[in-house]
Amino acid sequence: MKFIDEYREAGSVRACAETLERTVTRPWVLMEVCGGQTHAILRYGLDRLLPGEVTLVHGPGCPVCVTPVALIEKAGAIAALPGVTLCSFGDMLRVPGASVDLLTVKARGGDVRTVYSPLDAVELARTNPERQVVFFAVGFETTAPVTALAVSRAAQLDLENFSLLVAHVLVPPAIEAILAAPDNRIQGFLAAGHVCTVMGLDEYEEIAAKHHVPIVATGFEPLDILQGVLMTVRQLEQGRAEVENQYARAVQRQGNPRARALIAEVFQVVDRSWRGVGQIPQSGLGLSEAFAAFDAETRFDVTGVSAEESPLCISGEILRGIRRPDQCPAFGTRCTPEHPLGATMVSSEGACAAYHRYRGRQEGGDDG
Amino acid sequence: MGDANNCFHCPVPISRYAEVLMAHGGGGKLTRDLVEGLFIPAFGRPGAGPLHDGARLDLPAGRIVFTTDAYVVLPLFFPGGDIGSLAVNGTVNDLAMCGARPSSLSAAFILEEGLPMKTLARTAASMAEAARAAGVAVVTGDTKVVDRGKGDGIFITTSGVGVADPGLRIGPAEVCAGDAVILSGDIGRHGIAVMASREGLAFESEVQSDCAPLVDPVFAMLDAGVEVHCLRDLTRGGLATVLVEIAAGAGLNVRIEEDAVPVTPAVRGACELLGLDPLYTANEGRFVVFVAPGAAEQAVQALRSCPASAGAARVGEVLAGPAGTATLGGRFGADRILDMLSGEQLPRIC
Amino acid sequence: MCLAVPGRIVSIEGSDPLLRIGTVDFGGTRKQISLSCVPEAREGDYVLAHAGLALNVVDEAEAEKTLDLLREATEGE
Repeated sequence: MKFIDEYREAGSVRACAETLERTVTRPWVLMEVCGGQTHAILRYGLDRLLPGEVTLVHGPGCPVCVTPVALIEKAGAIAALPGVTLCSFGDMLRVPGASVDLLTVKARGGDVRTVYSPLDAVELARTNPERQVVFFAVGFETTAPVTALAVSRAAQLDLENFSLLVAHVLVPPAIEAILAAPDNRIQGFLAAGHVCTVMGLDEYEEIAAKHHVPIVATGFEPLDILQGVLMTVRQLEQGRAEVENQYARAVQRQGNPRARALIAEVFQVVDRSWRGVGQIPQSGLGLSEAFAAFDAETRFDVTGVSAEESPLCISGEILRGIRRPDQCPAFGTRCTPEHPLGATMVSSEGACAAYHRYRGRQEGGDDG
Repeated sequence: MGDANNCFHCPVPISRYAEVLMAHGGGGKLTRDLVEGLFIPAFGRPGAGPLHDGARLDLPAGRIVFTTDAYVVLPLFFPGGDIGSLAVNGTVNDLAMCGARPSSLSAAFILEEGLPMKTLARTAASMAEAARAAGVAVVTGDTKVVDRGKGDGIFITTSGVGVADPGLRIGPAEVCAGDAVILSGDIGRHGIAVMASREGLAFESEVQSDCAPLVDPVFAMLDAGVEVHCLRDLTRGGLATVLVEIAAGAGLNVRIEEDAVPVTPAVRGACELLGLDPLYTANEGRFVVFVAPGAAEQAVQALRSCPASAGAARVGEVLAGPAGTATLGGRFGADRILDMLSGEQLPRIC
Repeated sequence: MCLAVPGRIVSIEGSDPLLRIGTVDFGGTRKQISLSCVPEAREGDYVLAHAGLALNVVDEAEAEKTLDLLREATEGE
């Protein structure tokens, strides 16, 4: 497939890894903040191509993992209501809240459906006026534009039976929170390529300057990721702290103005609690005044949801790169993909789940 | 839906009723009408004389092999197949995977009240066509009806009987270190074809289900004298799941190379789009065979001579360890341990 | 996160830029994708599609450059 295969070519990838080997002179700790990049790294074993001096940690880049427990509980409660159809991306279906996951709610009779796009949920609402259709809007800035488009469409069509349970989160505040922590050891970041496709690179300039860290907008194919690491390491070796763009075929400095406009029209920035990390101010999106009528949280009064996390879970430290999944005492024993205790094991993009799937339980500790 | 339409010859009359009623499962007059008016015309009458509770079979000498499977699929009709052809080929293939030549099938239907009779007739016709293609007969069956809302239209359970050479030993216990792992064709078609038809995930795809009988490919190898150690057809969990199961059963390491596994561009495109892994995507007309190392070339040639396995390729080998695991040799030199998924693969945006 | 896949626009429907829908081909699988955020997209262009929305038109020149940069970097060492 064009624009995919060329970036998975073995020769190029190995050559890039060799260049990296020759470039690095000291240990560096980098973080990627994207579930898609975590997935690619572990699936292709890219971290094993990195020289020993380079440590790549998986940050809170999985919007599915960081969706607050309370919102999952609310989604479950809403889906269980008669006459309601809850539409969700497949990613969210197996994520456990405090007491249920959406698949269990479905098994108990709730109408839970997988959709590829929120636009499909709007279409479902349009063709089924007798049902209340709720879309569970998770995702980073990459997904916010299409959610915004869906809400605009629903407004245009005067749909009274469509609403949104909003769980969108923003990347830059998360990076700030990581850098501001006293025990932070991250020295450089790979910025999530498709988030940058939408938002551009400006937000990262401020962070790079303030904290003196290089940030490289990076794609998702093996070659992209290795190149992104190479560019970040080069900056670190040279003492630079700039924002660079590895993913130039998909990212422009100004992002996508129309997509940003859609977000600005439909959403406003709000405080958000991140599962496993805690409250990060101004790190989420909520519906703006003009579209407040589409908020499922107000339309369906679902109160009394509990939001407790397992005391054994160290997701917070994993998401900030302080510890690795295989360094958790519960990893692979009390905490598995079938019985996840917390955020990072819950979805297949979570660092712990990805580790478990691609590394099994035999290995660990052999890569920096 | 197209395929089933083309081979459907309407028996006249199917039934006086346009829809299935509770009484059709009651064992009385309406049930008999259904059997005589719909099922017998489709499957043929098993022997002369009145119908019995069971079918008496004259089987050739050899080891009798018996299997059963239940089929639930939505949508009922999808590109390249339907629940009927699935129900026949699935059971035929389970017999073939034991090295048995399939002989006879039973078919038990659980129908949902209100199911259009045309849908049932189309399904039966499809089963009849699949049975003919596989060289088997549906010789006995049953019909029950459940209340509207208590079933997805049709559930089918087929059991099958076949005969195998008593000297044949095929199974995970026969797999040895050094064996070659051969795959009968490209993977992922069935999963994508079904997903393409599902509401909420609709996309246009050229991909047709690979639902097909595998009797000919299996016997092409056996008749050529290939030393076959193990056969397993790929179904819902995809290639990866089968390899994990066999590795565990054999207590050895099954290692395949990622780049050796054939995937068509259309399946790849759909998998990329939905975030699915072809290795875990469903198949209904593909199998893996483990053969003695010296027999690999001959096995591939034998398979390629049959239409159902024209795309056969060697994908890996069996090693002594790590015992009980399946490994994927990655393109960039990093190995990945294949695991079983806890549930169905779900499309992702993340 | 953000699984966005490059596909080729095969046909476009709708004249209103905000309502334009493209039939996008991904290696033989086709899906309807909203083009409302890429008004400059034309038939034959490759777009990155995420959850039903095209996020940008793939810059073929930049794509080549990325591959070239790599070749330079490795040859020059």
